[in-house]
Amino acid sequence: MTPLLSAPGKMAAVQDGPMELDTEKETKPEILSDGTSKLSGNAASGTLSSSPLTAGGAPKQEDQQTLIAVLQFLRRNKLSESVEILRREAGLEDQEDSQTLDGSGGGKGDRDGGEANSLLSRVSITSAAAPQSTLTPITVKRANEQLDVSVVLSAYSQQGDPSLYQVYYSGLKNFIESVLDCHRAELSQLFYPLFVHMYLELVYNNHENEAKAFFEKFGGDQECYYQDDLRVLCGLTKKEHLKGNEVLLDFRTSRFVLRISRDSYQLLKRHLQERHNNQIWNIIQEHLYIDIFDGMPRSKSQIDSMSGSFAGEARREVNKVKVFHGLLKEPEIEVPLDDEEDEAENEEGKPKKKKTKKDSMGSKSKKQDPNAPQQNRIPLPELKDSDKLDKIMYMKESTKRIRLGPENLPSICFYSFLNAYQGLTAVDFTDDSSLLAGGFADSTVRIWSVTPKKLRKVKSAGELNLIDKESDDVLERIMDEKTASESKILCGHSGPVYSVSFSPDRNYLLSSSEDGTVRLWSLQTFTCLVGYKGHNYPVWDTHFSPFGYYFVSGGHDRVARLWATDHYQPLRIFAGHLADVTCTRFHPNSNYVATGSTDRTIRLWDVLNGNCVRIFTGHKGPVHSLAFSPNGKFLASGSTDGRVLLWDIGHGLMIGELKGHTDTIYALKFSRDGEILASGSMDNTVRLWDSTKAFDDVETDDFTAATGHIHLPDNSQELLLGTYHSKSTPVTHLHFTRRNLLLAAGGYSSQ
Amino acid sequence: MAEERRQKLCSVILPTESMKAMAESVGVGSLQEDSCLALSEEVSYRIKEIAQDALKFMHHGKRRKLTTGDIDHALKLKNVEPLYGFQSQEFIPFRFASGGGRELHFYEEKEVDLSDIINTPLPRVPLDVSLKAHWLSIDGVQPAIPENPPPVPKEQQKTDSTEPLKAVKPGQEEEGSIQTKGQGASSAEVKGKEKMRMKPRSTHELSVEQQLYYKEITEACVGSCEAKRAVCVCVCSQGPKLKEFCLALFIRCNIMNSKYTTKHLLFPLIPAVVTCIVSKQLCLRPDVDNHWALRDFAARLMAQSCKTFSTTTNNIQSRITKTFTKALLDDKTQWTTRYGCIAGLAELGHDVIKTLIIPRLSVEGARIKAVMDGPVVSNIDKIGADHVQSLLLVSTSQQHKVGTNLCRAAGIFDAPAYINVIHYSSNHFEKYSILFFFRSSFKICSIFPKIGRRDLWTEPHRND
Repeated sequence: MTPLLSAPGKMAAVQDGPMELDTEKETKPEILSDGTSKLSGNAASGTLSSSPLTAGGAPKQEDQQTLIAVLQFLRRNKLSESVEILRREAGLEDQEDSQTLDGSGGGKGDRDGGEANSLLSRVSITSAAAPQSTLTPITVKRANEQLDVSVVLSAYSQQGDPSLYQVYYSGLKNFIESVLDCHRAELSQLFYPLFVHMYLELVYNNHENEAKAFFEKFGGDQECYYQDDLRVLCGLTKKEHLKGNEVLLDFRTSRFVLRISRDSYQLLKRHLQERHNNQIWNIIQEHLYIDIFDGMPRSKSQIDSMSGSFAGEARREVNKVKVFHGLLKEPEIEVPLDDEEDEAENEEGKPKKKKTKKDSMGSKSKKQDPNAPQQNRIPLPELKDSDKLDKIMYMKESTKRIRLGPENLPSICFYSFLNAYQGLTAVDFTDDSSLLAGGFADSTVRIWSVTPKKLRKVKSAGELNLIDKESDDVLERIMDEKTASESKILCGHSGPVYSVSFSPDRNYLLSSSEDGTVRLWSLQTFTCLVGYKGHNYPVWDTHFSPFGYYFVSGGHDRVARLWATDHYQPLRIFAGHLADVTCTRFHPNSNYVATGSTDRTIRLWDVLNGNCVRIFTGHKGPVHSLAFSPNGKFLASGSTDGRVLLWDIGHGLMIGELKGHTDTIYALKFSRDGEILASGSMDNTVRLWDSTKAFDDVETDDFTAATGHIHLPDNSQELLLGTYHSKSTPVTHLHFTRRNLLLAAGGYSSQ
Repeated sequence: MAEERRQKLCSVILPTESMKAMAESVGVGSLQEDSCLALSEEVSYRIKEIAQDALKFMHHGKRRKLTTGDIDHALKLKNVEPLYGFQSQEFIPFRFASGGGRELHFYEEKEVDLSDIINTPLPRVPLDVSLKAHWLSIDGVQPAIPENPPPVPKEQQKTDSTEPLKAVKPGQEEEGSIQTKGQGASSAEVKGKEKMRMKPRSTHELSVEQQLYYKEITEACVGSCEAKRAVCVCVCSQGPKLKEFCLALFIRCNIMNSKYTTKHLLFPLIPAVVTCIVSKQLCLRPDVDNHWALRDFAARLMAQSCKTFSTTTNNIQSRITKTFTKALLDDKTQWTTRYGCIAGLAELGHDVIKTLIIPRLSVEGARIKAVMDGPVVSNIDKIGADHVQSLLLVSTSQQHKVGTNLCRAAGIFDAPAYINVIHYSSNHFEKYSILFFFRSSFKICSIFPKIGRRDLWTEPHRND
């Protein structure tokens, strides 16, 4: 910590903002499942607000439920002081006693009691028919979920005749296959969640053979994109396996969301009631969330494009929150007119240049962009002198930028890592494309200078004392000429490095690793400054905010964390993903964070309050890359299924699908003006896509915006502008220079 | 198909015997069958779980291969001590042994003499990671530089190099149509064409390149290498008819001699060597002279140069393989050429034998049988067929030891029958038990009377 705090400039300047954030810090009940005792520290220091997962239902009541759950957790762990603080701050004294009845079992550490209670509550629900009236049960269940795994699982303890399960399922199958075509596609969505729940129920009740038979009979019917989940599922054959299996817990704790038209739903309801098929009806009631909409049933392709995630589609209301996706206003920078101007540009040139500058900035962030967040919505670091210089450089470069388009494709420069022996895991370029960092499986981070300028360390403290601090070239003098080299190695991690990210000012580098830490390195001294410990498990990705100071990380513990470089604890914990957070990206305005996950969803989080404001479903495999368009309106995501999906952030809609890659897409990048999207993949190719056309082709009228039912044009081939094969070198990273030259990087693997 | 695989996945459970073995290894003597079963299910589940976690590490490591390191990391996630010292260079480090009614897989650990290790010079330090930049595309066009892959689509290349049979498919179809039509006019036409094509290949005995190379040789001969000169003189004195042999010897000398960089001479040389292998007639009296040895020798030479010089850019091996396969597939090929083709392919290694020769065995077997049993055959054909047969035996027997042993056990020394067995076993080896082989081979025995060609099992050509 100390070296960082003494680092000059902006850290101190923004102290106030983050401190304020810190006090509002949230502790989400979800992290309880991490089972770490040090959580108590977090809980004691902060107050609570609503969990992002519960944003949908009845917020007030759910808040209380989660609060109570936390209280009970604290009490069980004998953290009476924290309990007191929490009670006082939440003003819970009066209500709590009456509410604790629901989940009191957990509080006393008496599981049987809890089980019995939850059972009771369940029995009472099952008679309730209409889904609209099930609000109370949901909230009760939510509180319970947080308490204990065994309580969660107990939901399966209801007994039915195991031999009849196949009959029930095939009965429903026959019914769905016999209904009209338009309803069939919609009702077919039921198959997978029902199948999984019925299978788990059989397993939970120790009907191992029936479960296996059930799986064998109907496992083949499921959609091919659930293949991976089924593979996990088929390994589960014993009740004991269920404990500690995250995949199962996810399936249980989050209700599978289906979107079905009212007509189809009525049809299903009538059928189940006629046949008195209570078993299936109970599952639908308890474990599924059916989002009913009025209007035409959706077609098979419409459904397929949105499904595929762990927990079904996103609820419509989740994506209704307003997102400020506009860009922040660029700070006015006085361009020093007298120096650094080319001789060619005379008096005439100067005002003209300034004007074009304004235009280019103005088009992106108009003075009053209705979609832009307030300038100080998130406290941002103040610009230092060096930042201003860099901005000026940026503007100069951008005037020389090549305008790209379908007729004017970028040149691609490929950086191959030779002799990496398959050990290259992550790459990043600085924004000005002067430095390149690589993360390796042997725990090292290496930095190369890709310009003739060599990397130099700052001199030691003793030598620095001798330097005349008033001299003009002091910045040059502090550098130790003896250490100049083309590359430097940073050692410190104790496991493979999975991502690296440069700070925008090129003074720092972040790296995240299997050892559970994120490290901050100084590029002045080439030493480690801080190790951020918070994720107890591998950290898959980390990314600096475009304004520096903040960064986000996500890992195997299924949460993404927002950090500030001068705080050793996270400022925000974004919990809600049902599986590993595989990639994280900051929105260009730094107010939002996008995360992609193994649960095959992408979530957008509000940095201000930690809420989840968008959930995008549609990927059929873990999401491994994300990219925001430069104007902040769109998001592109790539996954192991080899498809790139395009999303409209404002409307919360999928607007495009780019098919072509045959393997995992590890790199995505928009060109500086957003006209071209470049994607790099494990299949050793770089592909260029016409993003302007992709975004223009989509007509978002009010209806599609309201319902989210989008017809995806199948025009991948038209949008594909170019495919460039590398020589057995998977593409790990892509970067557009300020002049729109595309840089690609990857490790050459000889075979 | 996918369903089938899934069911397989579902049912994969470690055998209870391994549980028992493991229990014994940690000192638990007698384990109940029930507990074994329960244990094996539990262990299988946990292993699957760990494998699934390990896959995550593979994906994030941006690799296609799962490593032992991934497994270690997955174990770490589960708070299990990782396995130490299991980083094997080989694919499967276990060895198999049986005896006393027990079958055993064990991990072979060689005894190492420490002084040896100390005395051996240090291995070369592996090359450090370095960065190299090149243009993947300039204004949307991929420049043709060595850093970029050749413009041929990768899939095409792949099929070319792995399945040359497919690449020459048109020829195959031609062959099929001929067979159905019989000896019609069209086939005669095709035959004529083939002949036209074949003829110039065999008649130009010394091309410009060869002459050029001769010049090189003479220069080398004049040089200091005494042994080479002796060989040269010796071979040349045997008569001008074996000049190809002489040529081949020299080429080999030069390839062996690492001082020469023969790389730039490779392309002029290949046609000469191929001629030595597949030429219809290499000497005046093919029935008496031992041109087979020359073919063998040239084939070995070809294989060697393939091994040394084949790269993805020049594709020597796949081109050569294609040439041979094409000739082999042709019905009208002479026995001499056929022999050359098979010899050439056989020298290229196990994979080539497996994919290209074995599937042809039944056809060739039938052909050989026809010649052997047929009433009126010229002596030359008979000798040719004889040689092809023995060559097939030698090359495939190395590949299929099981089949060979079986044949010996069953007392089959009749070549066509043997060939049939080999062919059969290569196709069905995974499916049927060894017993089945015995039965089927006996059946074949009864069909083909024993001739007792024991001499076939020696390797006559290797020592020429």
